[in-house]
Amino acid sequence: MGRYVLRRLLQMIPVFLGTTFLIYVLVWAVPGDPFAGKCGERDCPDSYVSAMREEFNLDDPVVVQYGEYLLNLVRGDFGRTSSGVEVSDRIVETFPVTLRLALVALVVEAVIGITAGVVSGLRNRGFLDSLVLVSTLFLISIPVFVTGYVVQLVFGLQLGWISPTVSTPTFGGLIVPGLVLASLSMAYVARLSRASISENRRADYVRTALAKGLPQSRIVGVHVLRNSLIPVITFLGTDLGAFMGGAIVTEGIFNVPGIGGLVFRSVQTKEGAMVTGLVTVLVLVYLVMTLVVDLLCAVLDPRIRYE
Amino acid sequence: MSRSRSSSLVATTAAVALAATACGGGGPGGTAADTDAAITIFNTEPENPLVPGNTTEVGGSHVLDPMFTGLVEYDGDTAQPTNAMAESVETTDSTVFTITLKQGWTFHDGTAVTASSFVDAWNWTAHGPNATQGASFFSQIAGYDEVHPADPDGADGPLAAPAPTTDAMSGLEVVDDHTFEVTLSAPFSVFPVTLGYEVYAPLPKAFFDDRAAFEAHPIGNGPFEYVSRVVGQEVKLTRYDDYRGSDGPKFKDLTLKVYQSRESAYADLVSGSLDFMEELPPNALAGQKYQTDLGERVVQKETLNNQTIAFPFYLAPYDNADLRKALSMAIDREEITQKIFEGSRIPADGWVHPLTKGYRAGQCGEYCTYDPEKAQEHLARSGYTGEILLESNTDGGHQEWAEAVANSIKNTLGLDVRFVPATSFGDFRQKVNAHEMKGMYRAGWIADYPSIENWLNPLFRTGASSNDGLYSNPAVDAKLAEADRAADEEQAAALYQEAEKMMAQDVPSIPLWTQNTIAGRSERLTVAKLDPFRSLDLASVEVG
Amino acid sequence: MSDPSAAAAGAALGADARVTAAEGGPERQDRPRGLFGDAWRELRARPLFWISVSLISLVLLLAAFPALFTSADPAFGDLGRSREAPSADAWFGYDNQGYDVYARVVHGTRASIVVGVLATLGTVLIGSVLGILAGFHGGWPDAVVSRVADVLVGVPFVLGAIVVLSTLNAAGSASATRIVAQVVLSIALLSWPVAMRIMRSAAVAAKQQDYVKAARALGASPRRVILRHLLPNCLAPVLVYSTIALGAFIGVEATLSYLGIGLRQPVVSWGVMINGAKDYIRVAPHALLFPAGFLTVTVLAFVMLGDAVREALDPKLR
Repeated sequence: MGRYVLRRLLQMIPVFLGTTFLIYVLVWAVPGDPFAGKCGERDCPDSYVSAMREEFNLDDPVVVQYGEYLLNLVRGDFGRTSSGVEVSDRIVETFPVTLRLALVALVVEAVIGITAGVVSGLRNRGFLDSLVLVSTLFLISIPVFVTGYVVQLVFGLQLGWISPTVSTPTFGGLIVPGLVLASLSMAYVARLSRASISENRRADYVRTALAKGLPQSRIVGVHVLRNSLIPVITFLGTDLGAFMGGAIVTEGIFNVPGIGGLVFRSVQTKEGAMVTGLVTVLVLVYLVMTLVVDLLCAVLDPRIRYE
Repeated sequence: MSRSRSSSLVATTAAVALAATACGGGGPGGTAADTDAAITIFNTEPENPLVPGNTTEVGGSHVLDPMFTGLVEYDGDTAQPTNAMAESVETTDSTVFTITLKQGWTFHDGTAVTASSFVDAWNWTAHGPNATQGASFFSQIAGYDEVHPADPDGADGPLAAPAPTTDAMSGLEVVDDHTFEVTLSAPFSVFPVTLGYEVYAPLPKAFFDDRAAFEAHPIGNGPFEYVSRVVGQEVKLTRYDDYRGSDGPKFKDLTLKVYQSRESAYADLVSGSLDFMEELPPNALAGQKYQTDLGERVVQKETLNNQTIAFPFYLAPYDNADLRKALSMAIDREEITQKIFEGSRIPADGWVHPLTKGYRAGQCGEYCTYDPEKAQEHLARSGYTGEILLESNTDGGHQEWAEAVANSIKNTLGLDVRFVPATSFGDFRQKVNAHEMKGMYRAGWIADYPSIENWLNPLFRTGASSNDGLYSNPAVDAKLAEADRAADEEQAAALYQEAEKMMAQDVPSIPLWTQNTIAGRSERLTVAKLDPFRSLDLASVEVG
Repeated sequence: MSDPSAAAAGAALGADARVTAAEGGPERQDRPRGLFGDAWRELRARPLFWISVSLISLVLLLAAFPALFTSADPAFGDLGRSREAPSADAWFGYDNQGYDVYARVVHGTRASIVVGVLATLGTVLIGSVLGILAGFHGGWPDAVVSRVADVLVGVPFVLGAIVVLSTLNAAGSASATRIVAQVVLSIALLSWPVAMRIMRSAAVAAKQQDYVKAARALGASPRRVILRHLLPNCLAPVLVYSTIALGAFIGVEATLSYLGIGLRQPVVSWGVMINGAKDYIRVAPHALLFPAGFLTVTVLAFVMLGDAVREALDPKLR
């Protein structure tokens, strides 16, 4: 087990290097001089442009730039943006907000998704099952920006039930964006748990339990659920990573001061250090989450062994 | 999401000198106004360190403007310059200006504002190695070339600019604590009008002692002092109680909140959690929904900016005057301003903004009037039948009108007209600067200062700083130079008007429209006015 | 977010569950029949399958021959009729620019479908080839491919697409083909690892099967083993993934257009239309609802098809 974890951790090093290099080169290749758009409709003075390029090593070959970036990163220095803000400060400010949003979405997704999935999985082919099937299919096929926009317009502006944007990014304030963000994955979780449940209901061990005369609640609650939740948990775990980076649209609509908007703006203004820093953190989160999920599955399912 | 192209949006509308603290904008007496109130207004993220000489974009200006008071400030209603920190600005030959300061003013740290506060700040901003964005504003002052030698091959070239021989411009001279003298390298009659622009703000000694500390906590001489900032979220300012100007606020705390998109800010404005937003987003303007959403809370004001289509004179067929006339006359400005902008734009009839001192109506004449038949005639004369491209960045809400303009020309002239969107403002600007445009392109101008000169010289003179399309007409150049040398502003204005009239024959760019900006305020603000530079006139605000 | 990685993960998990099923092989009945023959029999009996197939055929017809359905010019905009509601002249009304919404929806089908189909093809081809090779050979090629996949999967999809597309969008005048190709490329580039992982795990599982071991013992070349034995047995999960992914990708195209980096002028697609109409939803909802409706129904059809195929291919779910 310890060796397994160690190996997984070691595997993260090449992935980390690959990601930072890939993103750095891509941002570097985004067309447009990062300082050409800084002075409005007029040209920036040559001295300003030259000095900024100097400061950010833009005149060096990209490999040299990346090397310097990496050296600084190893020393714990994420670099600065062209407006002189420390990238690490911005990550520390925005990361918790997005993490909170992702957690809210995850809870929403897990609670609603699993409940719907379990209910429909137990009532195979009944009315409830069809209802869940149709509504999840529908949710999957609507893009999030439509959902978010409509929710904001109808409930925020027309009806006034909710605040149209997030004023304070606390857990409570993030419920609505969390719901919107979770809507797509919620549908997948429901379908996944439904499939898993209906499969396990026919498993031999359930038949055995039934034959033993165990009460229905115990069979479902202990045997079926426990075994059915493994794929669901795998999905949820990897989804947390997807939520963190995938919240760009949702964060924009509800003005959540998180990673999404920051990354989007940074790409457009060619803030290489900022984009690379943020994406690197996201990839690391993703890798750690997959590791945690794998370990969790081993706990749930004694048949899984890592060595 | 997106739609948070706010940063570029800012850039598009950059280069504004705002005069949020103009005098005389007061409301109908302060009856029962809450003078200790706190208000929250819309802002975009400042893109540069908060130093006046190094910020020319809107997000930063909105923060710095309330914190600094320049020699002159612009009136919140009429945009006319009035003396603020200056007691007087005097000249006899439009070359040497003697500036006398008002006494007793202090920076927020308690130190006095003196002549050297200005001279040192200007020298610092102009100094090449300091690499400020605002440096070029000082290029008219004698000795600028010595402190800011030109890069011999531009910023893109391998050569570095030579080191300056001195760090003080010879044209600036401190006479005594409250007087200094400015010598220009050539006569420039409207120089006093330009002084309200942000880059001419004074800086305290603290700045020169420790720049990093200043950037973390800027110190100004304006009606508001700095409290705190959360990058990406908000900047907090509060009233400076020892402020000596006449434009002090009637409330206490000001929060400039950063929004990622105008749409989300608008949602907050409607629901009352945002107190002011200076320009409503397209979804609010659509079908004039803002009328039902905001009712009496709508604030309108004609503002000092325009929208034009510029031509790449370095590229055929756009160097053909007949074609340019045909294109301009094929645009149905009336319909586009009504349908796309819901009347929040006013068709332009010339290159100078109507609110500017020296404006004369109808300078563009028939060339700015929609006339399908005449347009066809000009097109036939030009002999062009190929494709026309219209390029624009789309991140500042420009897609809608650009598409409509392309359609209007296409439907009128029967030419194949294509709108080509560029995805980011930086990329777009870079191509414009590098003269690499493949078609005509969006241009816009926001007055730095309310003078007719600002609408002509920087844009249409041969080799001028913002003449990106490389338009050149020696006769127009000569007339503009003559106007610069004029003895007084009246005479200068007349000469500038002549130059504009001469220019019209060339249609050097297509004037489209000027803006009637539609803003919104919350219920709490009983009075809130927009100034001509498209920002909230803070001095006018009263909280009920 | 219409994040296909979510869709993909969902499909992948379903698929993984089914790999074991596929291994078991179909039960023999009166007549020998393969897995796919069984599936087809199963499918024919499902109304959901027929509904989705007819919807998809209709959409494909729209994409192939838009002129059959409308004679109006989708690129003719007349501000005089801006935002007019649906009428007999224009069934879906006019949008803000005075374009005929019906004509644009019809003509926009092609771009949306082309992006969906090509992106899926690219994803599945790259992913399957790499996946089956990695799964079969193991060792360092497997390690390299898996680590590269880790990088790409770890980068959140939309984020990656923004970076890639901003790079490709070397602004200025790009031809319609190039714009579409860019979007297809960036989707495929970021999605193949999912297909790769599905294929890889299927191949790893299949490799352990006796018949594969037997074939190798008999001296079959790696190429023969892969093509004749592994591929047919690993195809099912990828097939399921691809139908679901196709729907998801059409939605992704819309999201990218919404962000202003996907398809754009002069290409017309549902995503482009939705993006253009969203600011006017309160005054001209028809301009948004019709393309959004077509988008939803098309995605729905593909997802339903994927669902039906998945159940049909999985003996356990019957």
